Amino acid sequence: MSTLLSRALMALVLGLATAFAWAQGLQPVPELRARAMDLTGTLDAAALQRIEERLAGFERERGTQIVVLMVASTAPEDIADYTQRLGDAWKIGRRDVGDGLLFVIAKDDRRMRIAPAKTLEGAIPDLLARRILDQAVAPALRQGDFAGGIDAGLTQIMAAVRGEALPPPAPAPSTRRGAGEWTDALVFLLFAVPMVAGFMRRAFGRGLGIPLTGAATGVIAWLLTSVLWVAAGAAVLGMLVAVLARFMPASMPSSRGRGGPWGGSGGWGGGGFGGGRGGGGFSSGGGGNFGGGGASGGW
Amino acid sequence: MRRLLSLLLLCATAVLGGCGYNDFQRLDEESRSAWAEVLNQYQRRADLIPNIVATVQGEANFERGTLEAVINARAKATSIQATPELLNDPAALQKFQAAQGELGSALSRLMVVVEQYPNLKANQGFSDLRVQLEGTENRIAVARNRYIQAVQAYNVLARSFPSNLTAMVFGYQPKANFTVADEAQISQPPKVDFGTQKP
Repeated sequence: MSTLLSRALMALVLGLATAFAWAQGLQPVPELRARAMDLTGTLDAAALQRIEERLAGFERERGTQIVVLMVASTAPEDIADYTQRLGDAWKIGRRDVGDGLLFVIAKDDRRMRIAPAKTLEGAIPDLLARRILDQAVAPALRQGDFAGGIDAGLTQIMAAVRGEALPPPAPAPSTRRGAGEWTDALVFLLFAVPMVAGFMRRAFGRGLGIPLTGAATGVIAWLLTSVLWVAAGAAVLGMLVAVLARFMPASMPSSRGRGGPWGGSGGWGGGGFGGGRGGGGFSSGGGGNFGGGGASGGW
Repeated sequence: MRRLLSLLLLCATAVLGGCGYNDFQRLDEESRSAWAEVLNQYQRRADLIPNIVATVQGEANFERGTLEAVINARAKATSIQATPELLNDPAALQKFQAAQGELGSALSRLMVVVEQYPNLKANQGFSDLRVQLEGTENRIAVARNRYIQAVQAYNVLARSFPSNLTAMVFGYQPKANFTVADEAQISQPPKVDFGTQKP
């Protein structure tokens, strides 16, 4: 319930922030489609593909999500503020680890920035970020070799992240996110509804208890899934279970002892960085917390 | 009778959940931790300053006034005890914020003056310190921003119906928030004068 509320609040805040950005004429946050994105058309398709595969391989190896973005300009903002907005919007990094890193190059401004999420601030402190930019990336960019500069920078970044003891990546996620929620909802129906039905029946008698149980189940299902027909189905199911529960009066206390097989079902579909969705696309793990660390540089 | 009692119990639970008591607790805790992060980053900046001062002092005939302004502002900013109670006292928060703002502007003046000293600019140790200071200023900006948002969420809850009734019953006041350091100065356009040459 409170997570639902906070999610709604978060969505509202994000929406407001976007509207605010538009109103002030700031650069919009681009849609996160890939690990390597070039909005300037500087890199050719082969180079972009190579960088993308390199980043995808690193994510498979270490779990860390790195996104490289080239834009024309971040005006009127400083590149640090722009990168911060990207980090707040994308939240790249595994959900439970938060290891994301942004590498942004503003071509026409001749500015660039490496911004690690808080988890990686130890692996890549500001000074190291600045040295990578100055010593590895800038020389190549001065020659106009953007792909080479990005490659050189990534080599250094990856070396630094490898030195950090992060949890290994989870084995390829086999179940989709939705599946977890469905099984959780089923478990909820199996256990909670008979208990609620028993309580309602005792409190309000048989006539009123059954419809009330159905209504409560429906409301909860609606809150969880926000799909109306699922809620209606759950309400009918809840009423059925309540009717059935009438015939087994002593089932409530004895059912409390069991429940082993479902014990370790874990949280609500958390855990995953949704790598396997939508045919090779990239989606953020949603765990990265960008606190303003990192360094900017020019060339 | 028993049925009535159950109904009352059910209603009490629903009302307590609906009046936002738990949301107050959650948002209060969020704003506190956001505040702790602000203090953390200010402390980080205060810790950097002795190193910067030591490096700059190594430069012969560096402008004394600028350097002393930084030292004094730091002493003033760190002398204010930043307790959580500060949050419920707008005047004290204002004072704290003014002291930190003064330190920030003294530091940025120092960084401008440094541009006139080629030796310092070439000094690797000093440019490392500049990078760290820049990163810290960025972190301060982010932490302040998050504190502002956390307090905003709390204050909206404290003022809107029906949760304002809960706030009244339990005595929850809206929290003080950051403001821009000197609004009057910002609203004036900067003076640009190309006529006179500075020495």
